[in-house]
Amino acid sequence: MPSRAGWGLAIVLFAMLTGAINYTLSLGFILTFLLAGMALVSLLHTWRNLAWLQVEAAPPPAVFAGQDAILQITLTEDRGRDRLAIAAGIGGQEPLFVDVPANGTGTLAIGSPTLKRGWHAIGTLTLSTGFPGGLFRAWSKLEPGVRCLVYPRPASSSLPLPQGNMPGRGGSLSSQVGDEDFAGLRLYQRGDSPRRIDWKASSREQGMYSREFHAESQQQVWLDLAQTPGSDLEQRLSQLTSWIMQAHDADQRYGLRLPGTHIAPAHSQAHYEACLRALALLEAE
Amino acid sequence: MSLAIKPGKADLHWLLGAMLLAMALHFSHFPLWTSALIVLFMAWRLLLQWRQWAMPRLWLLLPITLLGVAGIYLQYRTLFGRDASVALLALMLSLKLMESSTRRDYVILIFAGYFLTVTAFLFDQSLWVGGYLLLPVFGLTACLVGISYPHGVLSNRLRSRLSLTLLLQAAPLMLMLFLLFPRIPGPLWGVPQDAYRAMSGLNDHMQPGDISELSLSGAVAFRVQFQGEIPAQRQLYWRGPVLWQFDGRGWHMAGNDHAVEKLEGLGEAVSYTMTLEPHNRRWLLMLDVPHILPAGTFLTSERQVLAPMPVRTRMRYNGSSHTQYHLAAGLGSRELARALQLPPGGNPRSRALAMAWQRELQTPERIINAALTMFRSQGFFYTLTPPQLGDDAIDDFLFSSKRGFCEHYASSFAYLMRAAGIPARIVTGYQGGETNPVGQYLIVRQSDAHAWVEVWLASRGWVRLDPTAAVAPSRVDSGINTALTDNTLLPILARQDHAWLRKLYLNWDAVNNGWNQWVLGYNQQRQLELLSRITGTTANWQQLMLWLTGSLLLMALLLCALLFRRKRMPIDPAQALYLRYLAKLSRRGIQAGAGEGPLSIQQRAGKLLPQHEAEIARITRLYLALRYGPHAEPHAEPHAERKTMAELRSLIERLDC
Repeated sequence: MPSRAGWGLAIVLFAMLTGAINYTLSLGFILTFLLAGMALVSLLHTWRNLAWLQVEAAPPPAVFAGQDAILQITLTEDRGRDRLAIAAGIGGQEPLFVDVPANGTGTLAIGSPTLKRGWHAIGTLTLSTGFPGGLFRAWSKLEPGVRCLVYPRPASSSLPLPQGNMPGRGGSLSSQVGDEDFAGLRLYQRGDSPRRIDWKASSREQGMYSREFHAESQQQVWLDLAQTPGSDLEQRLSQLTSWIMQAHDADQRYGLRLPGTHIAPAHSQAHYEACLRALALLEAE
Repeated sequence: MSLAIKPGKADLHWLLGAMLLAMALHFSHFPLWTSALIVLFMAWRLLLQWRQWAMPRLWLLLPITLLGVAGIYLQYRTLFGRDASVALLALMLSLKLMESSTRRDYVILIFAGYFLTVTAFLFDQSLWVGGYLLLPVFGLTACLVGISYPHGVLSNRLRSRLSLTLLLQAAPLMLMLFLLFPRIPGPLWGVPQDAYRAMSGLNDHMQPGDISELSLSGAVAFRVQFQGEIPAQRQLYWRGPVLWQFDGRGWHMAGNDHAVEKLEGLGEAVSYTMTLEPHNRRWLLMLDVPHILPAGTFLTSERQVLAPMPVRTRMRYNGSSHTQYHLAAGLGSRELARALQLPPGGNPRSRALAMAWQRELQTPERIINAALTMFRSQGFFYTLTPPQLGDDAIDDFLFSSKRGFCEHYASSFAYLMRAAGIPARIVTGYQGGETNPVGQYLIVRQSDAHAWVEVWLASRGWVRLDPTAAVAPSRVDSGINTALTDNTLLPILARQDHAWLRKLYLNWDAVNNGWNQWVLGYNQQRQLELLSRITGTTANWQQLMLWLTGSLLLMALLLCALLFRRKRMPIDPAQALYLRYLAKLSRRGIQAGAGEGPLSIQQRAGKLLPQHEAEIARITRLYLALRYGPHAEPHAEPHAERKTMAELRSLIERLDC
């Protein structure tokens, strides 16, 4: 499609043509036609600049509401030509530019703001280019077909983590064993602090081991939606999110009780993500 | 489009460079202050960029703009003429630079730059200018490409390459459009008065000194291509305005309400094609005396050819003329009165002489002879710089100064004839011309301008008489340069010295003539001719459009095929050399098997060609080192790799088997 500059050139060319006719300037005709030809050729070049680019979009990692969902796209070139100044944008956002080398790839991370917890659909991805010349704009709209999980927004002023006031085997045991009390080895799980990896054991055996301590294994806290303060559901979810983050960072074991969902206390990255996911996808009553 | 696309430093440099190139051609006719101001603004803008200064504010720019407009107005007394509007455009463009920083501003400047480039053709459409102006067009296009890349950081090499590619690929499209785009004959509206100021040529009247002044110009008046032999120099009288009315000093054209004089050709007609330079007058020069007219032209009673409009562009037309003829067997009383008209008084001595001839000699032939003999024998002198003449100009010239150019001779001769009762008139035009051996055509310049006399004799009709030939016979035999003793006044190209310069010039003129004929002179008529030749039928508008659309589509498809073909991976230079080595081996019967490695080939070849064993081993080693060895790594020294490559090349070239 002609860009605004393209329409502008059309007007200028028309003026030049009229002048050439009026003054019978053969060279005026030549220059006008040369520029018209140049515009047409630039149309083809612009089109080629975008054509046959392969686009892959990786599922974006989960984010907290308010953060940008980052869509990582990879453009693959296999026609043997450099593709310069490819613009990519989601929705009506300001696009980002990337150059894709001949037979190579270019990657872009495009953020799109998230507002609400739950599944965030990545809007239409628009790839476009005005290169070379900017007289035309070639574009292509794609539905990336991926969605981004959005956790609730963590509470801005968080209450301290509830300690021992939970029913069941609460935090009453917490003081017994110190942090340094070695309890044994267990298989390394994602999210374990590198400090806890038993490098000696890991190098001896097959696989990685983390040292487990009594404090961790025994101090646990139940987080229950029903007992979380807050004026409405979203606020309480925010508070829970905030607590889960605190507990995770403090290497505490924690469990989560939601209507219809119970997640037993544990401490691992997978557990952390499962809890947040449950919060994100909790149906509003 | 986007804020991220903001022109960079390189963009500004390209823009300024291209604009300066486009403006430079105009500097010759701009007033000095305008040119100086334009350069100043460009320098200022550059300085702003270098020093990272802020753009000047509106309160500074607005008064400058108003002052500039006022300056242009004071200079040209208008804002709308050709010269004034171009100067205004250039000045405003350079001012616009001062407030341009966004991509949109640049786009406007680039397009205006294109427009400014085209205005240069209003002043000059020569081959030089056409070629030169490709430079700013290239620069502006490169800038356009540059600003379509974010942050203006496209390398200079890439932007020049892309600009060149775009323009080169546009060239065939341009050619098609040029040939087939329907041409509408201009002008569409009144063109400014000053557009045709610079044209020179003959006038509709002749005062003493007019033609000699014209003779100082080396400008080309027209070029002629003859179908067949070029007639002898002395027959090359190019008929222009015919002047009847004498006011005591100068001759003027007369009204044209008479019947066209009848022409009876003797012998074969001469056919030719003229390319007339524009002179902003209606008459078309034709070989004396025209018999077949160019299409769409008129004939006056005295067989002078007129175009319907003043000739403002180079005009090409075919004509046919009789150099031997009888013109106007009979003369009506009104024509007779016209041809004998003289002012009531003045020039008493000439009048007395003519009347004495009439009394004594009686027949027109004898009177004519007497007059020609007088010119020949009484010390008349042919010169470009005759002295000033008094009130009785004819008397002064005939009896005292006796020095004059062709208009003096023609004027006094016609005067004498009329005074002696012989109908006479002045014909102005050109005489002679220079044959360009390069293109086999005749160049006629303003310096060939001439005036002669026609007298009417009852037995022969109008007869051409050239009194100048009586004084300086070489003028009509071999041109003006040999006839004048003081020819240093003539333009250098009308003189005979500087042979090599002339030769160069004639070559150049042949190129220029081709340019004029095929590029500048390409018009609706030629367009339809061309199409008729292709299709074999009479062409019309609709066909033209059809052909244009078809050829453009074809071009676009070809371009698409060119642009969208898969680019082949470049062959590794080492591999290319190795393939040559394999070709050499296969000539000796050693065929490399499919998938056979270099080492196994080396073993077989070494056995079969023991005398080359060492070389083959070395070639294989070098090849493997280049392709797979440490040199193949990207961080390897390029210098070492080049050395290895050179050795491999020389080994393979020397391998003679």
